[in-house]
Formats: sequence, C-alpha cells, structure tokens
Amino acid sequence: MTPLPAPRPLSRLIGSPEGRLGIIAVTVFVVMAALSPDRFLSAANMTSMAFQFPEFAILALAMTVTMLTGGIDLSVVGIANLSAIVAAMIMTRLTGDGTGLVLLALAASLGVGLLAGLLNGVLIAALGLPPILATLGSGLIFTGLAVALTGGSAVMGLPPAMAWIGNSTTLGIPTPLILFALLALGISLMLTRTAFGVTLRMYGANPLAARFAAIDVGGMLVRVYVLSGALAAVAGMLVMSRANSAKADYGSSYLLLAVLIAVLGGVNPYGGYGRIIGVVLAVLSMQFLSSGLNMLGVSNFARELIWGSLLIFVMIVNTRRPRA
Amino acid sequence: MTIDWTRNETLVALVILAFGALAALSDPGFLSIATLTDLLRGGIVLGIFATGVLVVLISGGIDVSFTAVAAFTMYATAMVLNAVAPWMPWWAALMLGAALGAALGAINGVLIAGLGLPTLIVTLGTLSVFRGFMLTFVGQRQITTLPPGMREFGRMMLVRGENPDGSIWSLHAGILVTAGVIALTWFILHRTLLGRQVFAIGGSEESARRIGIPVRRVQFLVYVYVGALAGLAGMIHASMARVANPFDLVGLELSVIAAVVLGGARLAGGYGTLTGTVLGVALIVLVRNSLIVLGIPSTWQSVAIGLLILIGTGLPAWQARRAARRAA
Repeated sequence: MTPLPAPRPLSRLIGSPEGRLGIIAVTVFVVMAALSPDRFLSAANMTSMAFQFPEFAILALAMTVTMLTGGIDLSVVGIANLSAIVAAMIMTRLTGDGTGLVLLALAASLGVGLLAGLLNGVLIAALGLPPILATLGSGLIFTGLAVALTGGSAVMGLPPAMAWIGNSTTLGIPTPLILFALLALGISLMLTRTAFGVTLRMYGANPLAARFAAIDVGGMLVRVYVLSGALAAVAGMLVMSRANSAKADYGSSYLLLAVLIAVLGGVNPYGGYGRIIGVVLAVLSMQFLSSGLNMLGVSNFARELIWGSLLIFVMIVNTRRPRA
Repeated sequence: MTIDWTRNETLVALVILAFGALAALSDPGFLSIATLTDLLRGGIVLGIFATGVLVVLISGGIDVSFTAVAAFTMYATAMVLNAVAPWMPWWAALMLGAALGAALGAINGVLIAGLGLPTLIVTLGTLSVFRGFMLTFVGQRQITTLPPGMREFGRMMLVRGENPDGSIWSLHAGILVTAGVIALTWFILHRTLLGRQVFAIGGSEESARRIGIPVRRVQFLVYVYVGALAGLAGMIHASMARVANPFDLVGLELSVIAAVVLGGARLAGGYGTLTGTVLGVALIVLVRNSLIVLGIPSTWQSVAIGLLILIGTGLPAWQARRAARRAA
C-alpha cells in the first residue's frame, strides 16, 4: 500500500513463526492482565503458573525432539505414568532411609524412561515401523503395564522428601521451573551446537540425503527416542511429586497438549525445522491462556475447545506463509 | 487354494483360532452361541468405526477424531429429537446421525483437503474441538430417556433364543447395519472409480495428481464418508446402550486404529482389505471381552493389544526389511 519499504525488523518479526508466537504470548498476557488485573498479575498467580507448566512443557520438549526427525512419540504420557508408578511402588514397598530411597526411586524411574525409549527406538530404527504405529503400540503397553501393576488405583503415601521436587523453591525460584529451564537450555544447545543435533535436523529435513551422507540413521533415531523417553520420565516425576501420588491415567490430556505446544512453537511436524525458543514461547502462551481462562471461570471443556481451535489456527497460519 | 503365510490376514486368523482353541480348552462353555452373539454385539459399533478408518488409511491419511464425531452426533441428535421431533422413526434418526457426522467430517475434509494440513494434527485438533464444543455448549449430562425411535431400534433383535441354563441370548439388529456398511464400502472401494482413486492417492499422491485424479475432492469425500460412518456408529451405540452419555466412545480411537492396522492396512496408505479389518476387529473384541477366559486378568488387556500391534505389524515389517536386504 505504501511506496516505502516496510520497516524490516517488524516484517522479520511477523515473518518467523517464533516472532508471531512472541506477539501471541505478549498479547495473551496483556489481554488476560487487562481482563482481571488484580488476580492475573498477582504474585500468587505468577508463582502458581511457574509450578504448573514445567510438567507438560517437558513432555513438549520430548515431542519436539521426535518431531524434528519427522517422527512423533505418542507414548510419552504412558512412559511418564509407568516410570512414576515404578518409582512410587519402590518408595512405598521398600523400607530405607528417606533420601536414599527417594534417589533410588528416581534412578529407577529414569531407567524405566530410558528403557521405554530404547524399545521405541529399536522398533523404529531396526524394524522400520512408522513412529506413529510403534509409539501407539508401545504407549498402549506402557499404560497397560501401569494399569496392571496398580490395578488402576493410585499409589499413595509417598515420603515427604519426594514432594520437594515439585513443590519447593530454590533461591526463590520454583524448582520445577529451574528443572525445565535447564532441560530446555540443554536441548537447545544440543540441537544447535553438537554434531548429533545437526544430523538430527538434517535427517528430518531430508531423510534420503542424510542416508546418502553416510549418517548412522539407526543409531541417531534410537538416541532420539531414548532422549524422549528420559524426558517423559522426568515429567512423570514432576507430576508424581505435585500430585503426591502416581496413577495410570494422570495427565491423559497432556498428549494433545504436548503435540499442540510443539506445533504451536513452529516445529514442523514433517521434520527438519523447529527451535526450542519457539516451544518455550508456546508453553508460556498456553499457560497464560489457561490460567487466564481459569480466572474468568471458563470450564475445562471450553479450554479443550480453545486449545484445539488454536492448534488448527496456528497450523493454518504456519502453512499458508511459506518460510523463507 | 494356497495360503499366503506372509499376509497379516493369515496371521490374525491363526491368532483368533488359537485364542478360540485355548479358551475352549480352559472353559468348555466358551464355545456357545451366547459367546458368539456377545462377541458379534461387541463388534457392531467397532466394525463400523473400523471400516471408516480403513478407508482413511487407504487414502494415506489418519483420523483420530471419529470417536468425538460419534459422541457429538449421538448426543446432539438425541437431544434435538427429544425436543423437536420425538415422532421420528428409527431409520430416519440413524440417517440424521449419519448426516450430522458427515457435516462434522466435512470440517476435517476442508482443513485436510482444502488447506493441505497434516491429517494427524488436524484430527487431534478437531477431536478436542468437537468434544469441547459438545461438553461446553450442548451439555454434559447423560440423556437417559432417548427419543422413541432410538429406543425402538435399541430393542430390535435379529434372533433370540434360550441357553441350556434358561437365560436368554439375543443378537442385536445393528449387526445388519454393520454388514451393510461393510458391503457398501466394499462396493465403493472395488467397484467404483472413486474407490480406485482412493487407492491411487494412498499409493502415491503426486502420481495420482499427475494422472489427473482430483486429489483434493477425493480426500474431502473420504473424510465426509468417515464422518458419516462415525455418526451412524454413534447413534447405534447410544440406542444399544439405551443412554446417550457424552463421555462415552472418546478414548476408543487408538483401539480401532489398532484393529485396522492389525488387519494389514498400511499407515503409509495405498493398501488395506476389508477381510483384514473384520479379522482385526474380531481379534480386538476377543481380547477385550474374553481375555479373562484364558486366565489373564482384564487389567492386562491394553498390554495384550499393544503387544499384538507391535508383533502384528513388526513381523511383516521386519520380514520385508530382511527380504529387501537379501535382494540388495
């Protein structure tokens, strides 16, 4: 419309998915703050948000890593619950001193996550199963084992030390938030600064070219799904710590949420493109939206409706503007 | 007749036979007409869902939103019929359900065929949109008094008889609808141009486009068809359960996809058979209803289904990979 060239920084901001997302995050924050200023902006709300989002944000990180290779991990919630249940059973069935037992349980749950991820990786890399199918089947097995181990009821009576991870603050910052920040930073560095990260993104962008470039595709895929399993186990521990119990059907809505956040964060579900900063911004937008809607008295079901619509809306916007 | 041992259908049929033999050994009462009618009853709704999913998988897509379409349809239709048209006969109510399901399927169709978005992500999104919309704006309370048409259909039995112990067995007439849906789908897939186009698109979308197949239109019709079948299945589910519970059905989608994939349909598209799908549904229903007969507690059923998926799809994939390596 105007003969002058558009101001470059702004057009670049709108041109990248992360830039658009930054605008969405700020807009949601401002709108929610304007609609209920004294409650949304209160210190109590800020703290409670910081305790809430790390668990599903870590699942979204797991989803992001697998999506970057053009795959998907539908078993993350199953892995999270199974590993939490194994940890909870160790803590409630065995006797021992508090800290040692908690550490043993945490190690065991991380082990479950790694093994579960290894199973996914082997199914995908060695057998050549499509990731959707492999993780759909293994997810049923993990959830099924969690149900079979507990008979479907919650494992309760965890030692008090376990509650620390999900509910304490370190240096005034909620511990789950610190955990998420470290993981996000670590994965971001891994993706951009290591050979593994580069091969991973290269494979996602063009699997055939990666194969011809003599990249060890099988080994790379196994490591990706092992990493995803381990992240899922960490998320499971946070959920267990905050709920002070473990159950086979906790966080069942988190699978959709994790996919939603990854896609919202600009990760291309066909693989090859995605940045952790985008995922972090997407997590923040979702949490602002979620808390804000909660304060406005919107039901959980309406939130599901809004999340689904947002997912589709973002897909439409990201697909219609081809990335340069 | 020669038997092709590498086909999924053969494997699934063998597993079903083995399951039946073991079950009959551990409980002689298993081989009875009552068990058979129970299993058939369990396959009515699942069979319609699975037929729809088969068509989407053949076209190279995937749909996880069909359970939400079914729940939305049965709940909204029951509510509307109660309010404005309680006189509507059962067959018209079923058609209305299919029409509403087709309309919801058309939303998926527009997003996938029209805008070219990835099918898994879109249907994950619409799953929560349909469900969220229903629970927020339509209602959350069970409808225990169904409209008369649906009640009549719910009571409609094809055959009934008496067990040796005096209890009654019966087979619901819904099985005829399932059989009709399977026959119609067979006709569309194998006797119409549209059906050949669905296979062609699933095989290679780009090739299909280059030989002049209207890819977008065919894809759109596929999602409309799946929606219509889901709506129909929802109506039958509510009629048979004699209640429209908005929290029913959603969560079943992965089991249905599992049944179809077990039957040999390829997630990559282009291949799948109705025989395989029917066998896959039979196996899933058998595992869900009769695992206990083998002495395995029912809490293990999703482990069993998961293992069946991984073995049932992993084995052929592994064989194919080995064959390819030997050829190279």
